[in-house]
Amino acid sequence: MLNTEPNLAAPDDFYAALMDAQRGLSPAQSRQVNARLILLLANHIGDAGVLREALERARAGIVPAGGDDTMRVRD
Amino acid sequence: MSQGAELSSPAAGKAEPDFQRMTFAYRRSTDQDAAQPVRHPVIIIGAGPVGLTAAIDLAQSGTPVLLLDDDDRLAGGSRAICFAKRSLEIFDRLGCGQRMVEKGVVWNLGKVFFREDPVYNFDLLPENGHGRPAFINLQQYYVEGYLLERARELPLLEIRWKNRLVGLEAATDGVRLTVETPEGTYGLQADWLIAADGGRSATRRLMGLESKGQVFRDRFLIADIRMEAEFPAERWFWFDPPFHPNQSVLLHRQPDNIWRIDFQLGWDADPEAERLPERVMPRIRALLGEDRPFTLEWVSVYSFVCRRMDRFRHGRVLFVGDAAHGVSPFGARGANSGVQDAENLAWKLRLVLAGSAPDSLLDSYDSERVFAADENIRHSTRSTDFITPKNEASRDFRDATLDLARDCAFARQLVNSGRLSVPTVLSASPLNTPDEDPFAGTLQPGAVAADAPVVEEGGPAWLLRSLGEGFTGMWFADVRPDEATLQSLGTLATGAVPLRLVLVRKAGMPAWTVPGFTVLEDREGLAWMRYDARPGTFYLVRPDQHVCARWRSIDIDRLRAALTRASGNA
Repeated sequence: MLNTEPNLAAPDDFYAALMDAQRGLSPAQSRQVNARLILLLANHIGDAGVLREALERARAGIVPAGGDDTMRVRD
Repeated sequence: MSQGAELSSPAAGKAEPDFQRMTFAYRRSTDQDAAQPVRHPVIIIGAGPVGLTAAIDLAQSGTPVLLLDDDDRLAGGSRAICFAKRSLEIFDRLGCGQRMVEKGVVWNLGKVFFREDPVYNFDLLPENGHGRPAFINLQQYYVEGYLLERARELPLLEIRWKNRLVGLEAATDGVRLTVETPEGTYGLQADWLIAADGGRSATRRLMGLESKGQVFRDRFLIADIRMEAEFPAERWFWFDPPFHPNQSVLLHRQPDNIWRIDFQLGWDADPEAERLPERVMPRIRALLGEDRPFTLEWVSVYSFVCRRMDRFRHGRVLFVGDAAHGVSPFGARGANSGVQDAENLAWKLRLVLAGSAPDSLLDSYDSERVFAADENIRHSTRSTDFITPKNEASRDFRDATLDLARDCAFARQLVNSGRLSVPTVLSASPLNTPDEDPFAGTLQPGAVAADAPVVEEGGPAWLLRSLGEGFTGMWFADVRPDEATLQSLGTLATGAVPLRLVLVRKAGMPAWTVPGFTVLEDREGLAWMRYDARPGTFYLVRPDQHVCARWRSIDIDRLRAALTRASGNA
């Protein structure tokens, strides 16, 4: 189960480290770092149920405003 | 696939018929002069690899087949080039696998590059002891040509070229067809119709049926070139290479010094303009360098759709291959899955026509191959989403995965340049008898039986090629089985759905034979290992070589029940 209770020994230190990881980067580079970070952490967690919960929690409350780039067809 | 164009006409490879340019004469059939439409047990529409497979499979096991094709030639251009181990095993059963492997380029290794650098390699067949390799590359016109030559050996198989299906009336007891020829139209009737007429299936259209799914907003350029090159026979896939920035490129070797290059172009590319040599040549030179001589063999620009029909059986009309389903080319799941459709259908139709099974057995063709199509579409869609990111976020994750893959093993598992075709495990099939006894390993009811090196009649052989045309019972034994069991098994060998009996002797044990049984010796111990066999283990294998039941010991009643179930007679 996804743990949303406090689990970081030094929360402020972690947050500062997260900000440091983005320092001096363009928005595109920052997205690159974030994508790598998500993949690394996801593999570390491993548990499919936890990952699914985290994905759902991350998306909760966001109303999709963009379109998917693929389209449905019939023949 | 669409818009193929032939740009040159060089001589074909030595001593091989020029299948690509061969034409087959239209001949008038006596059916065209009959007062009433002549009735045939099975008519197949479309003499591509899937239609030919179905036709050969049926005809070589005693069912008369009429195969109609609207053209008078085989595939133009190389088209499908990757034929998987399972297809080769099926072609072995049809009597033309060896020829394909001899002509084809065998490969097991894939390499993936990101920008300038190699990212990782994958080996598709990491273990030895299989009769066939993971893949061969072979132009579709050779596959069709070899199948056609095999088809022509079969007296029960008639092919009519330039016979186009233009009308169809499906009833509960048969199908009425109207066929157009250079000499006008004529009528035919079929007990069963197999539609193997491709992505733009005329049968599907005439029946008002649809294949539904997802179109991908991307275009790809296929260029087949002829050149002398020392590159190894491997699948090379580049993401975002310097010679073709922001897109992907795939390079594959084919026989006759032909190389397939597949360039991703993006959705905005003009499919007509991109086929022109003045556009194609610079792209290839960017990859190969300015100095390497080559000639263009075939160019095509395509886009693709992942889709399928809701059902593959519509009464007495059965849809196979691209007519029933479509996938992206990444993963080689188009022709390979179609060949498996044909094999799955052929034995069932044979039993139904022989009166040995009810026609409801054909519903299992539908459920099993719809299940397989869904698996293929899922893999194909995921590969395409990785190769063609549909938005910025997808691209970020794609690039991050490729970056990490250089030194993180976990990320290599996520890189998806195509998950290459392996046969679907028909785990949910109603024809399976679920395991009662515990078995270890990957084999399970619904999976294709594993191959292994064996000795048959004193010579080296392969387990899969020693199985029968019909159902096979494989008995793993370390000593000669007792007479009573052998005798009761013998009664199943001559039933309405006959069982061929194969004994797999443990390696190194004293030799013995049993009348009525094929006796194989497990040459390297791999058969016993792959089947997790112990003395007395018994496997029931379908005519299409899928395992449908297995036990730790033999029990004639359980075996008879499993055979009844697997043949749709339960």
